[in-house]
Amino acid sequence: MSLVLKNISLPLAHFTLEADLEMRQRVTAVYGPSGAGKTSLLDLIAGLRAPRSAFIQLDGDVLTDTAENFSVATHRRGIGYVPQDLALFPHLAVRQNLLYGRKSGETASPLFNFEHVIKVLEIEPLIARGVTELSGGEKQRVALARALLSSPRLLLLDEPLASLDAPLKEKIIPYLARIREEFQIPMLCVTHDRFVALTLADEIVVLMGGKVMQTGAVAEVFTRPANAEVAKFTGVETFQPGKIISVADGLATVNVGNVTLTALAPATESRNVFVCIRGEEVILQRAAASASSVRNRLSGCILSFRPEGALVRVELDAGFPLFALVTRPACAELELREGATVTALIKAPAIHLVPR
Amino acid sequence: MSAAEWQIVWFTVWVAALSTLTILPIGLALAFALARGNWPGKSIVETFITLPLVMPPVATGLILLTVLGKHGGGGWFDFRIVFTWRAVLLALSVMSLPLLVRSARTAFEEVNPRLEQIARTLGAGGWRVFFTITVPLAGRGIIGGMLLAFARALGEFGATIMVAGNIPGKTQTISLGIFENVTIGQNAQAYHLLAASVVLAFIAVWSSEFFLRRKKTA
Repeated sequence: MSLVLKNISLPLAHFTLEADLEMRQRVTAVYGPSGAGKTSLLDLIAGLRAPRSAFIQLDGDVLTDTAENFSVATHRRGIGYVPQDLALFPHLAVRQNLLYGRKSGETASPLFNFEHVIKVLEIEPLIARGVTELSGGEKQRVALARALLSSPRLLLLDEPLASLDAPLKEKIIPYLARIREEFQIPMLCVTHDRFVALTLADEIVVLMGGKVMQTGAVAEVFTRPANAEVAKFTGVETFQPGKIISVADGLATVNVGNVTLTALAPATESRNVFVCIRGEEVILQRAAASASSVRNRLSGCILSFRPEGALVRVELDAGFPLFALVTRPACAELELREGATVTALIKAPAIHLVPR
Repeated sequence: MSAAEWQIVWFTVWVAALSTLTILPIGLALAFALARGNWPGKSIVETFITLPLVMPPVATGLILLTVLGKHGGGGWFDFRIVFTWRAVLLALSVMSLPLLVRSARTAFEEVNPRLEQIARTLGAGGWRVFFTITVPLAGRGIIGGMLLAFARALGEFGATIMVAGNIPGKTQTISLGIFENVTIGQNAQAYHLLAASVVLAFIAVWSSEFFLRRKKTA
């Protein structure tokens, strides 16, 4: 797909949503905190809001062009939209909800055949029910199916998992992945959930305060946040101000707290940086480190533990607050406890310097 | 009850029902425009629609009579309105419109606009969204409003007597009939019509309450 958004300007209550974007991947996540303007962006693409200025083009077809005073009506855009509250029609049974937007005859894509969609999303047993009799996860699937049955060219998903609790989330994710594979339909998925972005998206657009902060491949954005705000939001565990003392052979020596670290030099003149280290990149070791390729060896005192599923988040005082994510067995084997001294190993490329 | 009294009751029910159906399209259009739109002059229109509810009905009747002219359709119509059953229909319509608009407007305001928007993304145009989403979801409030308007029309007196006169067998409704019978001392006939009017009003108001109340808990 190709979705072009140019010169977007939409005044909202506290800021103006502005964007210049080109999305080419199959699944793009619009990722950002609540109130960043994500839903408004989807509304704009669906034609539900009138922007101050905008040029929106989907697969070569212009949908909105304020310069030409041109706008395709929402019901002619062929864009499926599953809003956060799902908006199932309460006065219609599941079947009528599903059939509401169904195209018949020539306009229908064989891909979005009723039986096929029903099968992929496992809706068969729900069809005869009323909408109010459905559970949260069932409603979610019905809303997805209803949007798909309208044979859309693009599917907009607004926080597809926000209304579900954790076990249900894990059940819905495979359905979304299935839609992605079975129907080959481009999706634009708004989320503030890192897990959703990581599992579903090929490409991420980070939206904060109405501005696009960064666009790129998922791994790229999560490991190399463009600036401090993005880093904070994408959840890099260690995030400390530092100062580059010297740069040589592409390596920078950085002062953080009362220690120095070696990292890859950023492409910037700025000496003041934020030092970003992901918890899973930090190796903990009990004995003092012997010779290895690892550039940074820090001795630290364990301040706290916090279990996170199969992992434990360990906070160290290594001259600055440093977070490490280790497995529970590793934690037990190393006999890690509060107050114990350990050595933290961090490879130079795992330290990401963001100019500030 | 005599045949003449039955005729009055049937005529009243029939013309009141017809007036409710007559105002339905314009009433819904106005209610929807007031509920959703934000246009210049909205508060003026709002006030004008509500006027018949608070003005003396006789004054409203006088306005209608002046607009239509005493002897014809104000020059716009070939057929005579004043002092015919059509004048009764017109008076009842004008007097009951505010009640329909007010109820329907509240009902429309309670419909989540997000549902209408999503219906549009599913390929439904404006009319289809209105008739398949908005009206069904506002249905109870609309029916409640129609019954209230019908009840109001059943009892209308002042505006009717101004534009339609009080012609037995032609424009006489229950309220006009009661008035006439009491004036000429036929109290028995007046009480017959009174009983009919109480029964009809009770049924109309009770069922409108049913629809308007259930809307809230649903």
